[in-house]
Parts: sequence; C-alpha cells; structure tokens
Amino acid sequence: MSFRATSRDIGDVTVIDMEGRITLGEGSALLRDLIKEKLSKGRKKIVMNLAGINYIDSTGLGELVSGYRLVKSEGGELKLLNLTKKVTDLLQITKLYTVFDIHSQESQAVGSFSH
Amino acid sequence: MPSKPQRIELTMETLIESIALAEEVGVRVAAVAGFGEDDQYKIGLAVHEGVMNAFQYGNKQRRERKIHVVFELHVEKLVIHVVDQGAGFRLEDIPDPRDDENVLGDSGRGVLLMKAFMDEVDVLSSSAGGAELVMAKRHKH
Repeated sequence: MSFRATSRDIGDVTVIDMEGRITLGEGSALLRDLIKEKLSKGRKKIVMNLAGINYIDSTGLGELVSGYRLVKSEGGELKLLNLTKKVTDLLQITKLYTVFDIHSQESQAVGSFSH
Repeated sequence: MPSKPQRIELTMETLIESIALAEEVGVRVAAVAGFGEDDQYKIGLAVHEGVMNAFQYGNKQRRERKIHVVFELHVEKLVIHVVDQGAGFRLEDIPDPRDDENVLGDSGRGVLLMKAFMDEVDVLSSSAGGAELVMAKRHKH
C-alpha cells in the first residue's frame, strides 16, 4: 500500500494518521513535507499515529528522526503512537526506542505534551 | 559430491523502483528456499537496504549504472550478493547509529538492520571496482 497521511487537530495538538509504507521513494519525502507544513502553520505539538504503517526502512526511520529534530528545534515536541510490532522492533534495534516518547493510547499521547 | 547451489540473478538499472523489485524477488526466493514468513520479511528488508545503498551511495542514482543481485540457495543457507558500480566502501567505516553521538544522525541504520536480520554480512571489493555486499541467512534446523 502506498503512503497516505491525514491530520486532525485536538486542541493545540496535531495528530497525523498514517498508513502504508515509509521508505525511500514511498512516503519519506511526503512525511518530511507534512511535518514542515504543520510547523509553518504554528502546529508544534505533533503526534504521529503509526498504526497503519506496515513497513518502514532505514530512510523512513531517518525521516522520523529528522522530523523529531526539526520539531524540537522549533520549540515543539513530536511523539509516536500505536507502533506495530515490526516498527517497534526496528526502533529497538536502532536504539531509537529510547529517543522518542511512544504511546499506545491516543488520549495519553495528546495529554502528555508540556504546557 | 555436493550439488551446485541454485542461483537467481537480477541485473537492474539504478532506479528507485529497483529497490522494491529486488525486495519482492528476495521475499519470493526466501519462500522458495523454505524460510517462514518472519524470515522472509527480514530477508526482504535486508535486500531492500542493500539495494538502496547501491542505488544511493554506490551508483549515486545514475541510471546507466547497474545493480546486480544474486541469490544462491545453498543447503544450509541463502546467500545474497548485491553488487554496484561505485567506488566501494568498508563496513568498518560506517558509524554505529546506536552510539550516543550518532543516534540522532543520518547514517548507518541500513547496515545495522542488515546485520540484525541476517546471520552474516560482509562487504568486498567487486572485480569491477564497486562494492559487493554479501549477506547470508542460515536455515534453522
């Protein structure tokens, strides 16, 4: 399945719902542009809902990291939600599991941002 | 006398589409070789990462350069070669992205994933001067 993303706002938090693959050539560039677009609109509290992501490669992991760094550099926070087992395994192998704030419930993720 | 391993060879242009194509072939070959679904995914991802490296770093996205992928079905393991036409590289020069100073960096995750999912990973200099990535996954008995 190709990468698709939609977003919705819950107060000052933006949830980006994604599905498909995040790889070089499929999704990585779109994800990068989407985060930049949200930041340009002043949306700095971002939750990336990965429930629909069935495949991610090292480029996709790199885009998650780039997004995290970019949002942080603008004084915001980026969090991850609903990781599948495969994505969890990849984050653990690459030690990125210790970097991101990861949640399994949306209400928890949305409520966890600094005020 | 042991029989020669069955070989499947791909020669692809350096196109972004070649990455997913090689991965799909890798998954199918892994299935034919008798690996279960979880190992098929891991082998597919390792091929994906290897061909992606050949596309981006070896062949510098130059379409006229070729990426060769060879699958060898040995009795005890599946061996995969990914050969590019670039300048070659050494595995030891790739930073470990798990080190604190690299964890938010851009490099090394592809090689790390290949090492995590395959039993053997090495990089040789190909006879034509580029890199020859060699990976192997052993059958569990």
